[in-house]
Amino acid sequence: MPADPVQSMTRGHPTSDAQMAALRRSLGLDKPIWLRFIDFVNDALHGRLGQSWQFQQSVASLIGSRLGPTVLLMGTATLISVTLGLWLGVRSGWRHGSLFDRAASGVSLTLWSMPTFWLGMILLVTFSVGLGPIPSILPANGMSDPSISGALPHTLDVVRHLVLPSMTMVLVVFAQYVTIMRSSIIDELGSPYLLTARAKGLTDADVRRKHAVPNALLPTVTVIFLHIGGIIGGAITVETVYSWPGLGYLTYQALKVPDLPLLQGTFIIFSSSVILMNLVADVLYRILDPRVRAQ
Amino acid sequence: MTGTQADIRHPRPSQLPASGAVRAESAKPPPFNAFRRFVRGFLARPSGVAGVAILFAFAVLALVAPAFIGPAQLDVTKVSGPLLAPPSAHYLLGTDESGRSVLALAIWGARASLSVGVIATALTVILGSTIGLLAGHYQGWLGAVLMHVTDWFIALPSLPLAISLSAVLGQGSASITIAIAVTSWTSTARLVRAQTLAVEARPFVERARALGASNSQIVVRQVLPNVMPLILVSSTLTVASAILSEATLTFLGLGDPTSVSWGSMLDSAFSRGAVTAEAWWYLLTPGVAILIVVLGFTLTGRAVEHVLNPRMVK
Repeated sequence: MPADPVQSMTRGHPTSDAQMAALRRSLGLDKPIWLRFIDFVNDALHGRLGQSWQFQQSVASLIGSRLGPTVLLMGTATLISVTLGLWLGVRSGWRHGSLFDRAASGVSLTLWSMPTFWLGMILLVTFSVGLGPIPSILPANGMSDPSISGALPHTLDVVRHLVLPSMTMVLVVFAQYVTIMRSSIIDELGSPYLLTARAKGLTDADVRRKHAVPNALLPTVTVIFLHIGGIIGGAITVETVYSWPGLGYLTYQALKVPDLPLLQGTFIIFSSSVILMNLVADVLYRILDPRVRAQ
Repeated sequence: MTGTQADIRHPRPSQLPASGAVRAESAKPPPFNAFRRFVRGFLARPSGVAGVAILFAFAVLALVAPAFIGPAQLDVTKVSGPLLAPPSAHYLLGTDESGRSVLALAIWGARASLSVGVIATALTVILGSTIGLLAGHYQGWLGAVLMHVTDWFIALPSLPLAISLSAVLGQGSASITIAIAVTSWTSTARLVRAQTLAVEARPFVERARALGASNSQIVVRQVLPNVMPLILVSSTLTVASAILSEATLTFLGLGDPTSVSWGSMLDSAFSRGAVTAEAWWYLLTPGVAILIVVLGFTLTGRAVEHVLNPRMVK
């Protein structure tokens, strides 16, 4: 454990050894680890996520209140990075070896090599704190300014807060979509059906848009849904850097104590969302590809 | 039995069917020529050469660091520099919140970051290849069980799993190393299993089996040498992601609080107010170091991949 939870919970309060032992007993920390594990599995199977140690609230209600912001952030980031990645991937793959292709591959490889949280801090310093000649133009942390009231101003404020965190995630994540889309377009390049399409007299753009892309999208769609685990990892660090009130920041707050019931709760949510996305990928593949449906 | 073993080790082409002989020879060419061919192919890829040069420079820097960096530069109680000062002639990359030279910290941090990355990769590769080889070779219940375990691990999101593991194992580089290995072995295992299945379908393995080779002989002598290049390529790419994971986990506060690594530098830069103080030199240095090293491993890995498997060049 990063620290003893009982010690960090009683920090700042005069506590006797007997009180610490009592607290430890009431949290179940005096039991051997295997017994705690059995208790945890039993509770989780019965839908009991327990009580958070640092917030005087149940884990389930904490997760419920933080779910929305995370879905908003991850949804926005995924949508933008998939659109950007697929577009760049199609362009690069269609003219592979061109200057555009090499530039796109180089930029995405460099961005992929950055730690997400570091890019977040750099963007934070540049656009939020303001560096040198660049003024502070975007808010630094949180999801909204509580002093702003009214539906429309509030929405605009949330959007303003959303820009930097989602930009950070997009910049790091889009590279993998470029790579996947690029290689699946290249796989299609030599196919006879493209020759047929050209022979029919279609323009190059039409051959690409109406014939090559739909086929190349098939393997890509699955991979997009399977990458959700990586996006969750990015969300944890990005939310931490920007104090975005979502599940990732909650995980970080839980980790600092460590608030074990809360950590277990967020872990269960993250894992089940990955499993759910795998399921969605399977179902979607059947809808998109008639050949799979026929089997 | 001894006769059979000798035959497997030194296949005599005259006794083999033609295709088998060609396969056996191409599977084990004279090592020197193969190595020279590999080096020539690798040198033809400038990005790969650049990657190796980066890695070599960082490795040398990390190894000789103790010669010129000691407690006088690293111990917060012994340093006397200005606090969070921008780059100057004396402190080329500025100072941190306790007056230490950021340049000295970044060089010293390379030691921890690189060693955790490399050790975690070694663990990943050993674990992943063993499971992949076993799952590919024993296709009965053992293979099925191993693949189910692998699939189960793939379904778990890696960063939350690594966080939970290090939270349970305790703070420190050892638990970070284990957490990285446990969360990243699955892709190596899948890759090695697929390659094992491909190699086992080739005639020279069938020949070894017909000559009475045991399971361990087939795996170690026939399959492993053919899977090895792939393992090496994937391990170069694994180091890149292991270094990123190390930085992330240390940034989240799971690392050894007493040692200096690039992740721990970023952690203290973030938590001690380098962002609001606009201390760009303190934020930029460790991050750029991570970026360059990760890029170095990725470029090297991709170049090796292209040389060993020209079909992948697209």
